[in-house]
Amino acid sequence: MKTAGLLLLLSGWLLVLAALAMLNGGVARNAFVAAGVLVELLGLVLTARAHLSAHLNIRSERG
Amino acid sequence: MTAFSDLQTAAVLFSLMIAPLAAAGLALINAGLGRSRNAAHAMMTSLTAIAVASCAYFVLGHSFYGAAGEPARVAMIRRQTWDWLGAMPPFFIGLPAAGSPAFLTALMGTESVALAALIPLGSGAERWRLSSICASTAVLAGITFPVFAHWSWAGGWLAKLGFVDTGGAASIHAVGGLTGLAVVWLLGPRRGKYSSDGMPMAMPGHSVVFVLFGCMLALAGWIGLNAAGAILFAGVPLGQLALVGVNTLLGAASAALVAAVVTKVRFGRPDASLTANGWVGGLVAVSAGCAFLPPAAAVLTGLLAGGLVTFSVELLELRLEVDDPAGSISAHAVAAIWGLIATGILGRFPAGNDVMLAQVVGVATLLGFVLPVAWGLNALLDRFLPMRVSREGERQGMDLFELGAGAYPDFVTHTDDFMPR
Repeated sequence: MKTAGLLLLLSGWLLVLAALAMLNGGVARNAFVAAGVLVELLGLVLTARAHLSAHLNIRSERG
Repeated sequence: MTAFSDLQTAAVLFSLMIAPLAAAGLALINAGLGRSRNAAHAMMTSLTAIAVASCAYFVLGHSFYGAAGEPARVAMIRRQTWDWLGAMPPFFIGLPAAGSPAFLTALMGTESVALAALIPLGSGAERWRLSSICASTAVLAGITFPVFAHWSWAGGWLAKLGFVDTGGAASIHAVGGLTGLAVVWLLGPRRGKYSSDGMPMAMPGHSVVFVLFGCMLALAGWIGLNAAGAILFAGVPLGQLALVGVNTLLGAASAALVAAVVTKVRFGRPDASLTANGWVGGLVAVSAGCAFLPPAAAVLTGLLAGGLVTFSVELLELRLEVDDPAGSISAHAVAAIWGLIATGILGRFPAGNDVMLAQVVGVATLLGFVLPVAWGLNALLDRFLPMRVSREGERQGMDLFELGAGAYPDFVTHTDDFMPR
């Protein structure tokens, strides 16, 4: 799950880069940049949750 | 880049001579916020990290970092040029020394990477092995820092987009703070930090005096670093440097006051370590736009940074189980991201510059490129050179286990002086 989160972070950044490279200004470019940032935030949440659940597992194994 | 006058060169050199005080301050903060059994190790790793970072940057980092107007690797996409990476020779070969902005940039880069290397040490303190710290620092100084710093400082694609990072909020502090987050994710929390039901235990630092003195030293260094960045990267005239100094001080002061008030209101007493984190957070946040913010905007940036850092430390420790003994992730990464956005909102720039878009893209690059790369490279290193010290090492303390001697050998015997004979 952590790897998936980190890949989402990377995907969001690539979306931002694609928006800058492909779109010539205006609302569409800003919207795609915002979408890229949102994907990154999803990735960040997923990675943080993966870290948390890994620790829950370690604690439950230790009893 | 055109050659500097003697006066400009002297101003940059003076600024960069006081900038290492920021590193000294951070080293003291990291040592003071750890327990006494790890104090010598904290200072030793700081010194080693500075040494490794400087050498790795000299050998490889600077060739990737480059300088504005110097050779770079460029891609053409839809008739636009994208400056991706510096292409300078390694070992500072060919850098003209006299009055050369390129050489001053190399000095700034070396000092910046040394400072960035200290930030993850605070996050991984008390459980991160010295040999692994050296390897991780070499990767930070040789790859992660120079690549991002080229984009933001050395005429790379972010700089051309209008990204503003005068004092290194992004290049130094966000890169260091996000590397710290990756390191904590890989290391896990200190033994005994969380109870079986997930409640964090208090592990107070051993010297608040170190921490607060470190904050004062850091202020002097930060003013130097921000002033140097303002001349080198923002082309600020020398007469305007006073604004940089005023903004740096006001940002730190307002953030520290907010942190003290917030902790006083919430816990009944002002918390010294969180106030120190707030101070550093204010310094970091205001670094981004120190040359472009009016003083009132610097105060506002600092006020919000102080509040944000206090809540971020609690969120990471209580809710996300991120054990960051020195609060480096909050004080550096979180505050830097706020500072970059605040610069876009509050900074004064010539009309027609879409700075806000550039700042958002810069933050997206930090989260989407720097964090995964830092995690990936450190995870790879962890396979060959395990990061985490053994259970016994953690119990003994890093001083005895890795260095063979404690920081305060007189602590126990000294008490005999007060016993009746």
